[in-house]
Amino acid sequence: MSLYILCLALFCIGLYCVLRKRNIIKIIVGLGIIEYAVNLFFVLVGYREHGRAPILAKDQEILNMVDPIPQALVLTSIVIGLAVTALIVAIAIRIFEKYGTFDITKIRRLRG
Amino acid sequence: MPFFVIIPLGAAFLVSLLGKKIKSVGDVLANLGTLSLLILSLYSIKLVNMYKVLVYEVGSWVPPIGICLVLDGLTSFMLVTVNLVSFLIALYSVNYMEKYTDKYRFYTLFMLMLAGMNGIIITGDLFNLFVFLEIASISSYALVAFGTEAEELEASFKYAIMGSVASSFVLLGIAILYAYTSTLNMADIANVLSSKPSPLLFSFLAVLFLSGFGLKAALVPFHAWLPDAHPSAPASISAMLSGVLIKVLGVYALVRIFFNVLGINNFFLSMLMFLGVISMLVGVFLAIGQWDFKRLLAYHSISQIGYVVLGIGLGTPLGILGGLFHLFNHSIFKSLLFLNSGAVEYSLGTRDLQKMGGLREKMPITANTDLVASMSIAGVPPFNGFFSKLIIIFACIEAGRFGYAICAIVGSILTLASFMKVQKYAFFGKLSQKWQQVKEVPVLMCLAMVVLALICLAGGLLITPFFKSFLGSAVDVLLLGTGYSGTIFGALK
Repeated sequence: MSLYILCLALFCIGLYCVLRKRNIIKIIVGLGIIEYAVNLFFVLVGYREHGRAPILAKDQEILNMVDPIPQALVLTSIVIGLAVTALIVAIAIRIFEKYGTFDITKIRRLRG
Repeated sequence: MPFFVIIPLGAAFLVSLLGKKIKSVGDVLANLGTLSLLILSLYSIKLVNMYKVLVYEVGSWVPPIGICLVLDGLTSFMLVTVNLVSFLIALYSVNYMEKYTDKYRFYTLFMLMLAGMNGIIITGDLFNLFVFLEIASISSYALVAFGTEAEELEASFKYAIMGSVASSFVLLGIAILYAYTSTLNMADIANVLSSKPSPLLFSFLAVLFLSGFGLKAALVPFHAWLPDAHPSAPASISAMLSGVLIKVLGVYALVRIFFNVLGINNFFLSMLMFLGVISMLVGVFLAIGQWDFKRLLAYHSISQIGYVVLGIGLGTPLGILGGLFHLFNHSIFKSLLFLNSGAVEYSLGTRDLQKMGGLREKMPITANTDLVASMSIAGVPPFNGFFSKLIIIFACIEAGRFGYAICAIVGSILTLASFMKVQKYAFFGKLSQKWQQVKEVPVLMCLAMVVLALICLAGGLLITPFFKSFLGSAVDVLLLGTGYSGTIFGALK
């Protein structure tokens, strides 16, 4: 149970980081933290106490194994997270070239 | 059925591979691809009429374990909407995108976005939906930043951050749903949930999915990204984002999950209606004060999405019919309006309404198609927007929601007012000296706009008995609710 609470805390830290920080690099890091928290939650969902990897080998009997589906899903979601992070970092670099700052409060040309 | 995903993905791959060497490959492949998708989706209407539901097993794994693709009434309705709009936009982009460099990259991203949207519509698996959602979102973040000017980058950054947080909420919702039901197939989840219901879990999931998909659909508390992102993108992409992306990623996914997977209740319906009315009014009030042509249109998108959500949120057959009909109509006339604004920008190089005036003489086709689209969105009788708004208002009255009906009428009048402003400043009035040299846009752009205007005019026919099955079968799917799972497993046997 405490693991789940820690996972939630991680999620909230990420959310706080996205909402409150002014440096856009820190916002991107916050986004990463949110993604990791969700991924961690997904792996925890499939975890069993003292479970082992669900690999079927000869002359072995597996009694207690972890659920493999969340692991496969998390792998996909990590790849997606990588793509999003790469894209946003690329945009952040371009923003720095145009505005000369990473401060989100100074990047305000759109309004209305 | 898998061709709906394979064609755009394959086209995107080929365009990115060959586009650098052969200049015209992007134009040709994108147009052929979207045309074939349009034909396939029109054919799917006939299939749905014959078989009701079709299920395709990917890699022939049987559904509760493997991924399945589902073709039913709602799916084919959305596919026709998306592919019709995207074909005309691809046609328009041939000339319009000339002013940007790296046109083939644009087509690659465009086709990827289309693949993501078709995938969301057609999939029957919850995690698969998330993957397609991310494909469509990532390519749209990149497309918003396509011009790489300061404003575009800023809008794209904002959109990307908010969109990714929304996706995380959706993924969290999926994880919790998986933990509870230990399956990812939508039909199977509906089965398990109906055998062991849990109201507390339902409301928690409702909040997660509503904030996730609501942000993608730009419902009002989550709308902040839209007025920046839509005007910043190239016009053909604004038309795509505003016309179909917010509906597929937001409204379709939300409605599919709530109606067919979780099963709806009255509390949720009233929440949807409330959000719909708020977006409707806030969107239109913010739109009236705008002087930037595309920004004004973007605020109207929020307002019109409000109508769609209000209609569907009523939960009565008439309300859902009105909502879906308005969804179709809005994707037609809003993409037409964005294409018009693109045409004006293409010729004039500005989007400021105060600097325009008298363009009717110089650009008759743009002016007339824009007039048709403005009348449609404002709900003036012979055009399609009138019928769908009328149905929504009738449905409100029928359901006894008089307050919401009045709000819908007020929203419609304010829409009319703000489009009067567009017409007056942009197309009527005196032509200023500066624009004496302005010419009408190239022929393919005109063709796309004229076709959309004709559909606007003919769209009202969709509620006549002859076309009734097109909308009717989509409404049936939503009315079926969680009975959806029964039909899916029935189709498998």
